[in-house]
Amino acid sequence: MNFRAVWAIYRVEMARAFRTVLQSIISPVISTSLYFVVFGSAIGSRITEIDGISYGAFIVPGLIMLSLLTQSISNASFAIYFPKFVGSIYELLSAPVSYLEIVIAYVGGAATKSIILGLIILATASLFVPLHIEHPFWMLAFLILTAVTFSLFGFIIGIWAKSFEQLQLVPLLIITPLTFLGGSFYSINMLPGIWRTVTLFNPVVYLISGFRWSFYGKSDVSVGISLGMTVVFLAVCIAIVAWIFRTGYRLRN
Amino acid sequence: MPSILSISGVSKTYATGFTALKEVNLDIQRGEIFALLGPNGAGKTTLISIVCGIVNRSTGTVTVDGHDISKDYRAARSLIGLVPQELTIDAFESVWATVNYSRGLFGKPANHGFVEKVLRDLSLWDKKDAKAITLSGGMKRRLMIAKALSHEPRILFLDEPTAGVDVELRQDMWEMVRRLREDGVTIILTTHYIEEAEAMADRVGVINRGEIILVENKAELMHKLGRKRLVLELRNPLTAIPEAFSHYALELSPDGGQLTYTYDNQAERPGVASLIRDLEAGGIQFRDIDTQNSSLEEIFVNLVRREP
Repeated sequence: MNFRAVWAIYRVEMARAFRTVLQSIISPVISTSLYFVVFGSAIGSRITEIDGISYGAFIVPGLIMLSLLTQSISNASFAIYFPKFVGSIYELLSAPVSYLEIVIAYVGGAATKSIILGLIILATASLFVPLHIEHPFWMLAFLILTAVTFSLFGFIIGIWAKSFEQLQLVPLLIITPLTFLGGSFYSINMLPGIWRTVTLFNPVVYLISGFRWSFYGKSDVSVGISLGMTVVFLAVCIAIVAWIFRTGYRLRN
Repeated sequence: MPSILSISGVSKTYATGFTALKEVNLDIQRGEIFALLGPNGAGKTTLISIVCGIVNRSTGTVTVDGHDISKDYRAARSLIGLVPQELTIDAFESVWATVNYSRGLFGKPANHGFVEKVLRDLSLWDKKDAKAITLSGGMKRRLMIAKALSHEPRILFLDEPTAGVDVELRQDMWEMVRRLREDGVTIILTTHYIEEAEAMADRVGVINRGEIILVENKAELMHKLGRKRLVLELRNPLTAIPEAFSHYALELSPDGGQLTYTYDNQAERPGVASLIRDLEAGGIQFRDIDTQNSSLEEIFVNLVRREP
């Protein structure tokens, strides 16, 4: 195992986050605060409690998940797409590093950044609403599992993408709608019958539901299913990455 | 001398169906400077990319100091430094950070003293905190070299190192290559500037349309394939070459004032002495006489053109 290479890549990735601190940390914090102002205070004050939780507090886990998903994907996809785009990937490909090490370094870097971000949003949220975390261990477990899974997913997009447009395509057309329709701002029990069933095909529902359970002990779907779905998605991503590396897909001609 | 890099039966056909390399066999000796010459699109970069692990080969085997580049890729790649043709650097990294990163990527423990020496040798030390994006083209090229040397490679690939580089940097680079060679580093450079190969290489390989058509000691190559020309400035212009001289390979300039005799300087009897004697006997007088060696460039052009 070439730990020095993993560490070198990881450090460069983290350094980029601090170099672009405005974009990677401050802007998500501002947008989260805006959500609280708009949904939590302005609209939330007219919405009654959901499952005995005030609306402002109810949306916190969903908001964290929303940022976690989008940031994990964009961090990881950009990190591997950018060297491909400028051509500096030659160095990575010519270095004595295994594919596993490349994945650990890039996905580790992207996941670390989004976990830090998630915790910052959590801290920001605690300024607006009283927070209560019933299962801290599971909260962290969901946070880490989701960050790693979606960083892997972002890594796959970054390798697949041949242009900046394609890089934006999947997050914009698939991930954003799924997260907004995944129960960040409502409980799926509030939906009319047929839509509740349709919603169950949205994988993000399980992430948000499980994550919210770790805060308030209440969930739309059972925690076991939430955890299971997350692990399944992680396994699918690992399988795709393994295939990419076995075939050299879009990395080595 | 044992070879440090051994390429045997390597072919490459891209997914598009384009065959970039056909059954290439090449052995590079330890410590030599090898110049791979070829026109654009001949397969030079593809060959280097295969050895460095950037492109997968279709067939064949490559070993670096006895390590197979697929089975034992870590050992093989640790020995190699690559300076690609294109200036491709993460533009937002500082010089210092990016060179140290390269060293780490190749699994070497941090050694700030060594990195400092590399940067000083390449006149980059004053720029160590500058971001790559702020460097001039020549400085970027030096940075690419610094990155390649950061992990103390035993083989250095320079892909078109002096393309678009000014005279000063070119000379610095040649100086650096000689210094590296003194330290025992094997250097393989591709170029289509013949003068570069002529000035630096110990051996020359010529590649054309994916095939190595010749590998030769440079001096021998120039000697063997080199043709000499004897140019005679005539006192009185001729309208045609006289019959009596038809057995000499003579050419008459359009104005009739210059006779050129091309001969093989390796031949037992190059025929220079007899030509001059015969010219005198035939009453053809000349004012001046000059001989020219053909350059590597001419040799190269002839070789490539000879191919169907």
